[in-house]
Amino acid sequence: MIFDYETLKLIWLLLVGALLIGFAITGGFDLGVAASLFLVGKTDKERQLALTSIGPTWEGNQVWFITAGGAIFAAFPLMYAAAFSGFYIALLLILVSLILRPPGLDYRSKLSSPIWRTTWDICLFLSGFIPALLFGVAFGNLFLGIGFHYDNALMPHPIEGFFALVNPYTLLLGLVSLSIILVHGALFLQLKTSNSLNKRAVKIAYISGILFVICFSTAWYWTIFKIEGFQIIAIPNINESLTPLSKEVTKGLQFWLNNYNQHPLGYIAPLLSISGVLAALVFSAFNYPGIALFCNSITLSALIITAGFTLFPFILPSSTAPNHSLTIWDASSSKLTLTWMFWATLIFLPIVLSYTTWVFRVMRGKVLEKDLLKSPY
Amino acid sequence: MINETLVNLSRLQFALTALYHFLFVPLTLGLSFVLAIMESVYVMTGKVIYKDMTRFWGKLFAINFVMGVATGITLEFQFGTNWAYYSHYVGDIFGVPLAIEGLMAFFLESTFVGLFFFGWDRLSKVQHLAVTWLVALGSNLSALWILIANAWMQNPVGAEFNYETMRMELSDLAAVFFNPVAQVKFVHTVAAGYVTGTVFVLGISSYYLLKKRDIAFARRSFAVAAGFGLASILSVLVLGDESGYTIGEVQKTKLAAIEGMWETEPPPAAFTVFGIPNDTTQSTEFALKIPYVLGLIATRSIDIPILGMKDIIKQNEEKIRKGIAAFSLLQQLRQGEESADTKNQFEAVKDSLGYGLLLKKYTPNVIDANEEQIHQAALDTIPKSWPVFWGFRIMVGAGALMLLLFLAAFYYNAKRNVENKRWLLKFALYSIPLPWIASECGWIVAEYGRQPWAIGEILPTFLGVSSISSYQVSLSLASLVILYTGLLVVELYLMFKYAKQGPSTLGTGRYYHEGNASS
Repeated sequence: MIFDYETLKLIWLLLVGALLIGFAITGGFDLGVAASLFLVGKTDKERQLALTSIGPTWEGNQVWFITAGGAIFAAFPLMYAAAFSGFYIALLLILVSLILRPPGLDYRSKLSSPIWRTTWDICLFLSGFIPALLFGVAFGNLFLGIGFHYDNALMPHPIEGFFALVNPYTLLLGLVSLSIILVHGALFLQLKTSNSLNKRAVKIAYISGILFVICFSTAWYWTIFKIEGFQIIAIPNINESLTPLSKEVTKGLQFWLNNYNQHPLGYIAPLLSISGVLAALVFSAFNYPGIALFCNSITLSALIITAGFTLFPFILPSSTAPNHSLTIWDASSSKLTLTWMFWATLIFLPIVLSYTTWVFRVMRGKVLEKDLLKSPY
Repeated sequence: MINETLVNLSRLQFALTALYHFLFVPLTLGLSFVLAIMESVYVMTGKVIYKDMTRFWGKLFAINFVMGVATGITLEFQFGTNWAYYSHYVGDIFGVPLAIEGLMAFFLESTFVGLFFFGWDRLSKVQHLAVTWLVALGSNLSALWILIANAWMQNPVGAEFNYETMRMELSDLAAVFFNPVAQVKFVHTVAAGYVTGTVFVLGISSYYLLKKRDIAFARRSFAVAAGFGLASILSVLVLGDESGYTIGEVQKTKLAAIEGMWETEPPPAAFTVFGIPNDTTQSTEFALKIPYVLGLIATRSIDIPILGMKDIIKQNEEKIRKGIAAFSLLQQLRQGEESADTKNQFEAVKDSLGYGLLLKKYTPNVIDANEEQIHQAALDTIPKSWPVFWGFRIMVGAGALMLLLFLAAFYYNAKRNVENKRWLLKFALYSIPLPWIASECGWIVAEYGRQPWAIGEILPTFLGVSSISSYQVSLSLASLVILYTGLLVVELYLMFKYAKQGPSTLGTGRYYHEGNASS
């Protein structure tokens, strides 16, 4: 083994982060286009064009989400178990909306009945809107901590309730993720469409971009100064295999600033989150949607890095039993599993990236009305 | 105490969502290869009709494929939402094949499937063919990894219990990957998928032939399906996974339940064709038996005995007693009494820990179990027999019918006389539901037959559930049932509509409903 256990745990946090970033960037196209379906497409044909722009690539994009889920299962099984049962109703909502998406995209244009198409359009809108909002709400709950504790057999006991998860703070974070995904989808549409669709997309990007900057700044202030962060006081050797029952954790205001105080370079991440989207808006205004998308992808990445860096080493703080909070040190798989999974990822992720890039290149260019006639849908 | 309502609801939800998912998976597995074969013929011969075939069956493939993708998301996340303790207890091993499935297979399949549909004008012939093969390869690799995960539930190899982290941990990855149960399961399942794909194509082509339209298109489709289908059904039956039932204790118990075999018989055991297994009297009534056959099929020998359920129960009582000792030692270790002596004693009996956990249903402390409770727990170690017994027989019956179908289809196709055999065409058309019935029954046998274990001999199913309320699970179950039923109606409607219209939906101007019936 070339890495010690501690390093492997850290690497796996980074790899899960990378998968989430992959999903935000690629799946963000599809979520964004779906969430802005009615804003951008005023007629049936326009909506069909918008959906055709994501038609060839959404399936692959969504695998980032599935794989991130699988990777959390394999690398941080305690996180997978506690978070997924803790966010039960929220996940059910995400699940139902994500289930509607594949049939929605494939079936929508198969019949010409307006009722049929409008129904699917509403489903598709929800399938973009709900996850985009709830991903932010979920992250909001990570900063607040969710209610759960472990018993001696290491069974996680979440405190019930979806409505405990939704409050002004978490909704604000929901708006952060929704607005940036709307920007992303709109820029993608600017790249892939022309005429009125294209013009409306530019407008949506602009308004959502400004909204994002406001929400993100407010969320930053709120997270640091208004809510209590978590901090480890004592933990056994993190290079060993640990359970969440063996450390001491305390809560306090501004604790979410700890990592920035220790490593001021960390401020780059939140700063990039803002500057990336501002640059994207400028390039969008001058009609360089490709470069704008690149800049916005930097924002999406920086945003996820910001969240991870702020929380580090926590991945699921517990508001009711802070000592039982999950950190990367005590929620991970065994060393052997992390090692094997590291090699598997090292081999397959570059392969995935290369053929994904190839597919996007093959499908590059604008979607035109004449393409709809030949559409397989 | 165990919340039985919660356990039952969680099991029901898992069973329904898994069975529902598997309405779509086998067709994806099989049809993707049928498409690849058709397109290969197109690329090799340059005959446009084979391109039309690929595109038309591809349309039906798409209608089915998206449902498979949509319903798969539920399964990936359900382990965490509803089976949190299961995820904690075995995530170290079980998560690995799931994650690799995503990285290696699902990405491949999903990334290229978009190009399959949208890439016809953007790729060269050979490039597009490669894309189609990659979709088929991806979907089949996907099945491989999922079945490795599933096989580990049936026969958990390559893992050790760690008392400090209170979970199973990986000890030998190769053992998990090359689990013999995984190998037979993989061959059996993908071959069953090919059968599904080919029965589907064969049946719908027969419909066109019966209606005497798009004859050339239908005959060629029929030919591809007949050839590939015969090979597939033979693989399913000959390489069928009955041989896998002799590996591991859980599989052996399942075999006894499948056969409704209560007593251990002198080898080679007889095969019970029909009967009514009765769990209360522990006997199979009205049994019709064929001597020797079971022993030959299951053990591939004449002298290896197959244990009956009564003996299995008796053996398991002993294991439960050992399990109590293991549980007691585990408690000492968890309380900090970690002397080398305790550790050694625990090592010696920890393989039986799972049997001790079975008692949690009757007494949360396990160690204070009385004789009656031990006996009850031992009775629990065999699944209820009749669902497994009948599930298996329906599956095999459907398989036998499909074998007949493909033999006839292959024979008359070779004699170029298919159009005139109306009985065969009708047989093929009405056989379309058979592979689905067989697949669903197969899963019931495999998973119901695994009870009471979530992970064979390691974790009882009832312990795996999340600590959530029955109300939450009722809500999700109801939502999913309504959503899934609605989607299934829509899917079937579209499937029937497109299948009935046939290749005219391609808009090439060459087919029946486009006013040119000459083909």
